[in-house]
Amino acid sequence: MNGRSLGGWLDNRNVLGMLFMLPGAAILVVFLTYPLGLGVWLGFTDAKVGRGGEWIGIENYQWLWDDSVFRLSIFNTFLYTVVASVIKFGLGLWLALLLNRHLPFKSFLRAIVLLPFIVPTVLSAIAFWWIYDAQFSVVSWTLVKLGLIDEYINFLGEPNLARASTIAANVWRGVPFVAICLLAGLQTISPTMYEAAAIDGATPWQQFRNVTLPMLSPIIAVVMTFSVLFTFTDFQLIWVLTRGGPINATHLMATLSFQRAIPGGALGEGAAIATAMIPFLLAAILFSYFGLQRRRWQQGGRDN
Amino acid sequence: MASVNLKKVRKTFGRTEVVHGVDIDIEDGEFVVLVGPSGCGKSTLLRMIAGLEEITSGEIHIGDLLVNTVAPKQRDIAMVFQNYALYPHMTVFENMAFSMKLAGRGKREQRERVDEAARILGLEGYLDRYPRQLSGGQRQRVAMGRAIVRDPQVFLFDEPLSNLDAKLRVQMRTEIRELHQRLKTTSIYVTHDQIEAMTMADKIVVMNGGHVEQIGSPLELYDFPANLFVAGFIGSPAMNFLEGTLVTTSTGRGVRIAPDCVVSIESQQPDGHQVVLGVRPEHLVIKESHTDAGMANDTAGIEAEVIVTEPTGADTQVFCRVAGKELVAISRQRHLFSPGTRIRLEAQARHTCLFDSDTGQRL
Repeated sequence: MNGRSLGGWLDNRNVLGMLFMLPGAAILVVFLTYPLGLGVWLGFTDAKVGRGGEWIGIENYQWLWDDSVFRLSIFNTFLYTVVASVIKFGLGLWLALLLNRHLPFKSFLRAIVLLPFIVPTVLSAIAFWWIYDAQFSVVSWTLVKLGLIDEYINFLGEPNLARASTIAANVWRGVPFVAICLLAGLQTISPTMYEAAAIDGATPWQQFRNVTLPMLSPIIAVVMTFSVLFTFTDFQLIWVLTRGGPINATHLMATLSFQRAIPGGALGEGAAIATAMIPFLLAAILFSYFGLQRRRWQQGGRDN
Repeated sequence: MASVNLKKVRKTFGRTEVVHGVDIDIEDGEFVVLVGPSGCGKSTLLRMIAGLEEITSGEIHIGDLLVNTVAPKQRDIAMVFQNYALYPHMTVFENMAFSMKLAGRGKREQRERVDEAARILGLEGYLDRYPRQLSGGQRQRVAMGRAIVRDPQVFLFDEPLSNLDAKLRVQMRTEIRELHQRLKTTSIYVTHDQIEAMTMADKIVVMNGGHVEQIGSPLELYDFPANLFVAGFIGSPAMNFLEGTLVTTSTGRGVRIAPDCVVSIESQQPDGHQVVLGVRPEHLVIKESHTDAGMANDTAGIEAEVIVTEPTGADTQVFCRVAGKELVAISRQRHLFSPGTRIRLEAQARHTCLFDSDTGQRL
């Protein structure tokens, strides 16, 4: 009796479907929804490390609103994201166009380009830390030996230099991803497109402008969305290189959140900063959702 | 419009030569079809005329202009690609107007010429659509429209119909032909389909292995093929080939294809010459089955054993075996032989072709 009803349940498509979804749903809940929910909840408490918090409403946010360091971190995050993403897009597209040509050792070069992406971030960050070192910087050493400058550059010591330096390191790490994705996109464009354009009288620039760029635009949208999200939430690189310094000039929202929450012990406040990133990320995702909506020329079928 | 002249044109990719010195003269307004099996160099030749491939040596003239080093856009040609190569992100109008837009022509002129081309091709209602929203045949027409609006000296077609289904292919064949009769623009058309070549061409160039095998009008090639390759390539079902020796019998000249079988032919070649006898299927006349004794006495007939009979409605194809070789005969009569039936075939002597079996050239 019991076994028969169990068998009956399993024959039901909906029940079976639910059962199959269960493992996936469990993983999502345990590893995504719970931490996210916990973080948002913590943001409304005065939890400290080693002490459970009390609900204090939006006090953390009110306090952060007047916190100049928090405001600076928002500005830094935007500066970092916008400048790094623009440079990554430019360099990535240029590299992709180069790699798409018939070069000697083509596959070898493509593998080399991926290297910065493969190396663990912390490892490359440490390498950059050494490159930017105030006393032992290889860049400064070279420039001095070439007679271009007289004294060593304090890459990570001056606010704007530190910003530029961290952005440069982020670009170095992020370009391969953009370049390889765009290269994949370029390779989907049939060579006869360019032949047809050449016969139509298009110069190489006109071919790029009228054929390459429009046909690449769907992939550009996807890649740049990911690139912006990665950059906006970047943590490791800054933490290794500057820990947010000098004078908070390179503090991003992610690093500030960690600094307040873990070394600083103010879990609630750190969580509030992290939660404050969510609206910005949502905005970026919504922007790409509407930007990514399949263009009319990509839609199949007929419109009648 | 212009003539196109190819002089000793060669093409090598690395160390492999794929086109071995080709001479073709195409007159103003002619519709020329380059036909041959895949890999024969016909597409490469077309791409050299278009300027998409470099010319290794030789000369290509379009009109009076030597175009060897001239860029594609200055050759005043238009090309229709096998996969149409329409720009997917542009509407039909934008696709057709693209070359004029690049050339900086005015909006009004663009509109007028695209409308004119759309009218000719029956695309009036589709100008705002994207290529994705069109059927294969419509895309094909847009590709042609893109060529027409430029009013070029020469149209180049690179297997434009091979992506279409059989019925549409026949229809587009006629349309392209009509278009040519209306515009009278010199056209060079590449295909591997000999039926397309036969039905469309003013002049066919048969290519094989990077060489030109023969140039001539469709019926010239059909009736007087220069060699075994052309004879076998042009015509469907293909020409029947029978190997044998030239002999003289009491009834006249003939080819001995088996110890007891001689086919009458007309030839001035000496006896004993090794030849290949070519007979088109429709020139094999089927004589109804006789008694064995009667057949043995008739030296003009070929004794054959029926393998398969295929009625197509309009005619009947009879596949049969003669001296270990398969032959096909086409008859307007509705024969229905059962397999194994012994029949007699008569080759019409004035329609047969003789080829040297060593060189493959026609005698």
